Amino acid sequence: MSHGHAEVLTSHEVHHDEHGAHHHQQSFISKYVFSQDHKIIAKQFLITGMIWAIIGGLMSVLFRLQLGYPDQTFPWLEDILGNWAKGGKITPENYYALVTMHGTILVFFVLTGGLSGTFANFLIPLQVGARDMASPMMNMLSYWFFFGGSIVMLSSLFIQTGPFSGGWTAYPPLSALGDASPGSKTGMDLWITAMAMFVVSSLLGGLNYVSTVLNLRTKGMSMTRLPLTIWALFFTAVLGILSFPVLLSGFILLLFDRHGGTSFYLSDIFIAGKSALPNEGGSAILYQHLFWFLGHPEVYIILLPAMGMASEILSVNSRKPIFGYMAMVGSLFAITILAFLVWAHHMFVTGLNPFLGSVFVLLTLLIAVPSAIKVFNWLTTIWKANIKFTPGMVFALGFVSLFISGGLTGIFLGNSTLDIHLHDTYFVIAHFHIVMGVSAFFGMFAGIYHWFPKMYGRYMNNTLAYIHFWVTLVGAYLIFWPMHYEGLAGMPRRYLDYSNWSSFNQFGDLNKFISTVAIIVFATQLLFVFNFFYSIFKGRKVTTLNPWGATTLEWTTPINPGHGNWDGEIPEVHRWAYDYSKDGHDFIPQTEPIGANESKH
Amino acid sequence: MAEAVSTQRKKIHPHKFTLWIGIGSIIMMFAGLTSAYIVKGSLPGFSSVTLPQIFYYSTAVMLISSFTMQWALKSFKERGMQQYRRLLTVTMILGITFIVMQITGFSHLWKAGTQLKGTSGAGQFLYVIFGLHAVHVLGGIIALIVMFIKAFSARIRNYNSVPVEVMSTYWHFVDLLWVYLFVFFLFKS
Repeated sequence: MSHGHAEVLTSHEVHHDEHGAHHHQQSFISKYVFSQDHKIIAKQFLITGMIWAIIGGLMSVLFRLQLGYPDQTFPWLEDILGNWAKGGKITPENYYALVTMHGTILVFFVLTGGLSGTFANFLIPLQVGARDMASPMMNMLSYWFFFGGSIVMLSSLFIQTGPFSGGWTAYPPLSALGDASPGSKTGMDLWITAMAMFVVSSLLGGLNYVSTVLNLRTKGMSMTRLPLTIWALFFTAVLGILSFPVLLSGFILLLFDRHGGTSFYLSDIFIAGKSALPNEGGSAILYQHLFWFLGHPEVYIILLPAMGMASEILSVNSRKPIFGYMAMVGSLFAITILAFLVWAHHMFVTGLNPFLGSVFVLLTLLIAVPSAIKVFNWLTTIWKANIKFTPGMVFALGFVSLFISGGLTGIFLGNSTLDIHLHDTYFVIAHFHIVMGVSAFFGMFAGIYHWFPKMYGRYMNNTLAYIHFWVTLVGAYLIFWPMHYEGLAGMPRRYLDYSNWSSFNQFGDLNKFISTVAIIVFATQLLFVFNFFYSIFKGRKVTTLNPWGATTLEWTTPINPGHGNWDGEIPEVHRWAYDYSKDGHDFIPQTEPIGANESKH
Repeated sequence: MAEAVSTQRKKIHPHKFTLWIGIGSIIMMFAGLTSAYIVKGSLPGFSSVTLPQIFYYSTAVMLISSFTMQWALKSFKERGMQQYRRLLTVTMILGITFIVMQITGFSHLWKAGTQLKGTSGAGQFLYVIFGLHAVHVLGGIIALIVMFIKAFSARIRNYNSVPVEVMSTYWHFVDLLWVYLFVFFLFKS
C-alpha cells in the first residue's frame, strides 16, 4: 500500500468479494466528517453548497430591496447588517460588496463546488461501477480545501473594511490596489486566498473524476455505454483541469501586483488626487484575458453537469431511449472544445482588434450548433412519450425551457456589433442568469429530486416539490424577462439607484415588481431546503431497489449502500444505458445480457 | 471477479494516470504565464534582463538529478535496495542544491537592480515564473524526503514500484519544465 488507508485501498487494489459487505465499526468522525466514501463526500458538497446558496440568495434579496425601493428605508436592515445599512439603507460600498459576493458565491461555491462536487462524486463511481474514486484520499482533501476556502470567504464578510467589492471578476486596478476601495483591502486578500483554495479543491476533484471515469469502469462498461451524466461530468472535469490553472496564474500575478509592487496589470494610476503611482507598463487587459480564459469554460463547467443530468432524467421519465446518444456525446465534446476558443467575447468593448473580434463572434455563434443539437435531442426524446411527471422530470423540463430562452439571447450578445449597445446592461444580467444561473439550478434540483432516494433511502415530499417547481419557474421568468427590456433600453448594470436618471425612471415600478417576485422565489427555496432536511429524517421510505425503473448501475446497489457500494461483486455491464420500451419490455437494466434475438449496442 | 481485476490490471495504474492529468494541469498554468509574458513583451517600454551565470549551472544540476532519479528507479525494479537508497539520497541533495542555486540567482539579479517594484519588465516575470517552478521542485523534494524516510525505515518492506515510478515521472517533468522555461527566457529576454 502506498499510503496507510488499508480499508479503502482494498477496494481497488485487491477487490475482496466480501468487501461491499464489510461493516467494521467506524467512529462518527471517520464516517461522516473526514470520510473517504464518495457518497458521504458528495453529501458534504451538497449541504455546504446549499448553505452557500441560501447566503448568496439572501444577498440578492437585500440588493433587490435597494433596487426595487430606492427611496425607502428598512430599519430592520440595520438590526441585521449593522454598519452595512446605516439608517436602514444599504450603503453604496456595501451594495457593491453584496453584488460581488453574490456573484462569487453563486458561480464558484454553489454552481461549481455544490453542483459538480456533489454529482460527480455521487454518480461517477455508482454509474461506472466502481467501489470508490481512484484516490479517495485526494477526494476527501478536495472537499476540505473547498470547506477551508468557504470559511475564508465567509470570514471576509465579518471584517471591518468588508468583503471584496470590485465585481466577481476581480478586475484590476480595483482588485490590485488596497487604496482603491474599502473592499480592496483585507477583503480582497481573503477573496484571493479563498479562491486559490477553491481552485486547488477543483483540481484535486477533477483529477479524480477523470481518472475514475477512464480507469475504474466495471467489466463491459465501454465508453459508449456510459450514461450521459458521466460523459457530461467527465467533460466538466476536463474543462476545470485545463482552465483553473490559468486562473490561478492570473491570481498569482495579481498577488504580486498587490503586495510586491510589480506592474503586471497596473499603469499610470492616480488615486484620490495624489501623484501617479510608480507602476508603469502594466495592462489590465492582460488580467481579463487570463480571467476569461477560465471564465468562459467556467460557464460550461456550471452548465454541462445540468445538461447531463437532464438528459438522463428526461430519458428515464419518458420511458424512451435518449434520442441521438452519439450526437449528445459529440455535442458535449464540441462544446468543450469551443469553450476554450470564445473567451474574448467578454471583451468586445475593451478596445479589442475588430478583426480579432469577428473571429470570436464566429466561434461564439458556432456554439449554437451543438447547443441546438442538444435541444433538438431533448425535445425528440420527450416527443410522443408517456411522460411520468416526477419532481425530477418537471425540473428537467424546466431546465430545457430555460436553456432555450437563455440561449437565444446569447445569439444577440455573441455579436460584437450588438454588444456595443448591450454590454454591461440588464440584458446581459438577464441572459446569463437564465442560461447558466437558473437553468443550472434547475438541473441541480432535478438531480437532487431524482437521486435523493439513492442518497438517503427516502423520498422527498412531492407536493412541496411541485409548489417549489411552479413558483420557481414562473418566478424566474417574471424576474428576468423584464430585465431584457430594461437592457434593450440601455439601463446599465451595477448602479445603486436609477431614480434620478430620467431615461430609466419609467422602470421604477418594474424594478419594484422584480424585487417582489425575487423575495417570493427566495422564500420558496427555503421551502425546498425544509423539504430536503425534513425528508432526510422523516421522508417516505424507499422500499424497492429501483424506484424510477432506470437502467443504470446505481439502482443495482442496496437501498442504503455502504462504503464499497455493492455487496459482493460489482455487476458486469452488457448494454448501453438507454434500453427503455424495447422489445415489449418497459426497460432492460444495463446488467442484463443481450438476448438471442437482440442487436448489440 | 478475478477477470474484472485482470482487465483493470492491463490498464495504466490510476495513480500514474492521475499524475499525467495533473502534469497537463501544471502545463496549462505555465502556458498561461509564458503567454502572458509574450503578450506583455510586445508592448513598448518592456525592460529586458540578462540571466545570471548560475542558472546555467542549476540547469546542469537539474539534468543530472533527473538521470540519478531514473537510475534509482532502475535499481528499485532490480531490487538493488542499497543502490536505490544511495541514488535517492543523491537526487534529493541535487534537488536541494538546485533550489539553493535558484535563490542565489535571484539575489544576484536583485542586487544587480532587477527588482519587483516599478516598471513592468522581464525581471518581474522571471521572479514569478522561476519562483513558481521552484515551488513545484520543492513539492518534489518533499515527496522525495517521504520516500527517503520510507526507504531507510527498517519496519517497512515494500517492493511496489508504482510510487517510485510516479516520483520519477514527476521529477523528469519538473526537469523538462525548467529546461523549457530557461530556454524561453534565454531567447525572450
